[in-house]
Amino acid sequence: MNLTMKSFWAGVRAESPLLVGVFPFGLIYGALALAAGLSPAAAQMMSSIVFAGSSQFVAAQLVHDSAPGLVIVLTIGVVNLRHVLYSASVAPYIEHLPAPWKTILAYLLTDEAYAATIIHYEEDGFTPTSHWFFLGAGLVLWTTWQVSSALGIFLGAAIPSSWPLDFALPLTFIAMVMPVLKDKPVIAAALSAGTVALLMFSLPYRLGLILAALAGIFIGTYLENRKSPKEAL
Amino acid sequence: MNIWVVMLLGGALTFGMRISFIYLFGRFEIPGMVKRALRFVPPAVLSAIIAPALFMPNNTLDLSLSNHRLIAGAAAILIAWWTKNTLLTILAGMAALLILQLIF
Repeated sequence: MNLTMKSFWAGVRAESPLLVGVFPFGLIYGALALAAGLSPAAAQMMSSIVFAGSSQFVAAQLVHDSAPGLVIVLTIGVVNLRHVLYSASVAPYIEHLPAPWKTILAYLLTDEAYAATIIHYEEDGFTPTSHWFFLGAGLVLWTTWQVSSALGIFLGAAIPSSWPLDFALPLTFIAMVMPVLKDKPVIAAALSAGTVALLMFSLPYRLGLILAALAGIFIGTYLENRKSPKEAL
Repeated sequence: MNIWVVMLLGGALTFGMRISFIYLFGRFEIPGMVKRALRFVPPAVLSAIIAPALFMPNNTLDLSLSNHRLIAGAAAILIAWWTKNTLLTILAGMAALLILQLIF
């Protein structure tokens, strides 16, 4: 096997343990997107057009709540902001590649592909074929996400609509939030965002959601800066 | 706005953020303040969605015991806290809601 294929398959292998968590997540996404009112075609296409798990769940919930399109787009943007950091972090390693490579790798830059790839860059160092590792990790994740979404949509269509399946969306969010509530600033961010969301619920265009998220981010950052003022700049 | 337009704009925005620094490498630095703020984004956004889903199932504040979603959600929060398991949390919350609806 030549060096490029070796790198590619090393990327696939490094990504594999993460797929165990991604597969059920995709299944749940597919089933819930239907329950939230998306058509099977829209639910499936969202997995390749947006291709970012948690923002797809959030978008499905907002479609279910009939939020205006612009609010859904903005919320997808806010939820995916962290990808700017990943972009900055991998940029020096793929700087030398031609534009088509950069474009494909950027499209495949998810949480999980980033995690596997950056560990590879940091531990094994940079090699002339390491972008093939990135491609392998990204592609196997992409395929898993498409297949698991499709299967979820298929299974979701079989679940009777009288079941309160829409409730599984907030439950999924609870499961995502609880593990990160580890210190006071994060807990304060979550509680303040939740409270503001309730207080501002009657604002038009679901603007309460955006204000609540901003309030939580602001309060969390403020408390953290107060805790360690030296790092604030 | 049509759902397809929403997805295309949301997808373009996400792709734009993913390619941002890959494209602009060396010409920009992310301020430390922004880096620190980012870790608060998921808990803030998700809590802002969870709270109304539990406390306002019919678009008005409902703190009564007949608000099954609030009770089932509280149970799910405990399960999530104990187990940190996504699937178990969803199953427990759904089971709690179905049981409450069957009994009351």
